[in-house]
Amino acid sequence: MEAFISTSGTAVPLLLDDINTDQIAPADKSHGHGSDMKAMLFRRWKEGDPNFVFNRPQYQSPRILVAKDNFACGSSRESAVWCMAANGIRVVVARSIADIFKENCLRNGLLAIELPLDKAVLFEEQVTKTDGAQPFAVDLPSQTITCPDGTKIAFEIREAEKIALLEGLDDIGITLKHKADIEAFEAKIKKTKPWLQKAEAHQ
Amino acid sequence: MPQTVFAKIWDAHLVTKRSDGRDIIYVDRHIMHDLHAPIAMQKIVDAGRTVLRPHLTWSSQDHSVSIQPDRDVTAREGSPFNQKVRVLAQKFGIRVFDIGDSEQGISHVIGPELGMVLPGSTYACPDSHACTVGGVGAMAFACGTTELEHVLATQSIAMLRPKTMRVNLTGKLKPGVSAKDVIMRVIAQLGADGARGYVVEYAGPVAEALEIEGRLTLCNMSIEWGARSGLVAPDEKTFAWLKGRPYAPTGAEWDAALADWRQFKTDPGATFDKEHTVDCGGLDPQITWGTNPGQVIGIGDVVPDPSSVPPERRDAFNHSLEYMGLKAGQKIEGLPVDVVFIGSCNNARLSDLDEVAKIVKGKKLASGVRALIVPGSSAVKRAAEAKGYDKVFKDAGFMWGASGCSMCAGGEGIVAAKGQRVLSTTNRNFENRQGAGVRTHLVSPAMAAAAAITGKITDSRAVPTA
Repeated sequence: MEAFISTSGTAVPLLLDDINTDQIAPADKSHGHGSDMKAMLFRRWKEGDPNFVFNRPQYQSPRILVAKDNFACGSSRESAVWCMAANGIRVVVARSIADIFKENCLRNGLLAIELPLDKAVLFEEQVTKTDGAQPFAVDLPSQTITCPDGTKIAFEIREAEKIALLEGLDDIGITLKHKADIEAFEAKIKKTKPWLQKAEAHQ
Repeated sequence: MPQTVFAKIWDAHLVTKRSDGRDIIYVDRHIMHDLHAPIAMQKIVDAGRTVLRPHLTWSSQDHSVSIQPDRDVTAREGSPFNQKVRVLAQKFGIRVFDIGDSEQGISHVIGPELGMVLPGSTYACPDSHACTVGGVGAMAFACGTTELEHVLATQSIAMLRPKTMRVNLTGKLKPGVSAKDVIMRVIAQLGADGARGYVVEYAGPVAEALEIEGRLTLCNMSIEWGARSGLVAPDEKTFAWLKGRPYAPTGAEWDAALADWRQFKTDPGATFDKEHTVDCGGLDPQITWGTNPGQVIGIGDVVPDPSSVPPERRDAFNHSLEYMGLKAGQKIEGLPVDVVFIGSCNNARLSDLDEVAKIVKGKKLASGVRALIVPGSSAVKRAAEAKGYDKVFKDAGFMWGASGCSMCAGGEGIVAAKGQRVLSTTNRNFENRQGAGVRTHLVSPAMAAAAAITGKITDSRAVPTA
């Protein structure tokens, strides 16, 4: 996995609640999950509204996406993360973020930051005021967002997730270190609940 | 110490704790689907890894399959996704519920229906509606593609222990009110993000009184209010429903399983991180008016006013009204309907089709309405046909499809046109999900059937039944 240490760049304000992954990564028969990830990001909104924030010239190379409550709810599709990454977005900042999307970010080296209301409001004002004219910096080791005017906003992250991002850890590799534990668990279940260790149609 | 049913299932599947604080939870049953399975299996190949337990892993062809009635003959090859699944699954020795296979269907429909997903067991699927199987008292984990790769490689999921919530569903449902109406009311009352971070146990007299297929519908929409998972504790009704199903244990193993399953109840005195009560006694059939699943009203209600939400949410509220072509204060009943879709992992089991058949039998679709019924599995299709429903539906003017996800997410190609109003028995009324600019209203099967016959949004209880 790609590590995340710090980044600096344009913060895009998409200040809405309940933005779902169908909106982030619209999929249909001709735009599947294996297709052009760069074009997929907010495709319907980009097509439908010339004033949509991602259509404006100053937001063509975004680094940080800013939303409000319950961001990326709905479908578990990981393409919602992949199409952000394909557009250069490395950080999502919101008042709250859906659980599955947060996990998907972590597995792809994207930093998902949830800010409490007072800090979120402050940051949203900064992003709106800046309107893409100057970069914001996000630094994971110090857990700080730095606004163009020098304002610093601290954010929280679990220590284990911070390390995983900083070191770009391979999550599957970590679990596979416990393969012997998994096999021991299976051996126990085979004795105590054998029906769970097999599944074959008998009719 | 008294324990919740969630804690009992979690602890019974705990392999070990990783040094980063995540619990490795063993996955008993793993059913993938055609959109994500090919990507994850290819990544396993590319990384030089292998699938740890192919005999506990399956893949169903559901999201991208054609639902044309003759597809098992004319379109057996399937979509590019279906073809990739076939090739890679064969490489790893994974059984595919393929096009033309008698056990094919939507993954979360076939899991319980085949007796594969069992009470107190764990189930993983790279789909947010995995939570459906909570209806038989199983714990589901929905995941993305990289997590799916993790499940393939380790037969486990590494998660932080979620918080717990109980929703007590009180009262007694009135005739003509279903599990779908209950879960829509729950989301309306507790919010479209009210369960984020929690595993929800649905309890109380309404949950207990629901038949198993209703419980599957109830749990299916747990993700629509943000839950990690949702379940109803298994009971004697659950065990009776599972007995004799093709993959369920038999003989002495059935007896041992039964003894084990009876422990999966929340003990009296067990505590939850959060607890809510939703009274369902006065509930009428429900319908979504907006573009998130919490925007729900009763069939007799008017579209709510923006002043009913906090000021900072009014822009989104007004946007929903505009997208849906509605005005605050307008009656929802009587609005003309263009398309009716009866299907999906939410509401396409046999009991759902029973409700539809009761309303549709001997009648015709209203002029100008396009309507399709897509059974949740090939087994549901056969069972419905054995009851003569294919004739009932086709005589009325419905298209009777082959099993798949179909118009729920439009992955197969059937969508509605811009501005069309769709009554749908699915679980997501998101903008553009059933086609660009399409206006989706979520309803129960009876409400969808009633709209198909009258051509407008109608209280299903007012339509005479056969």
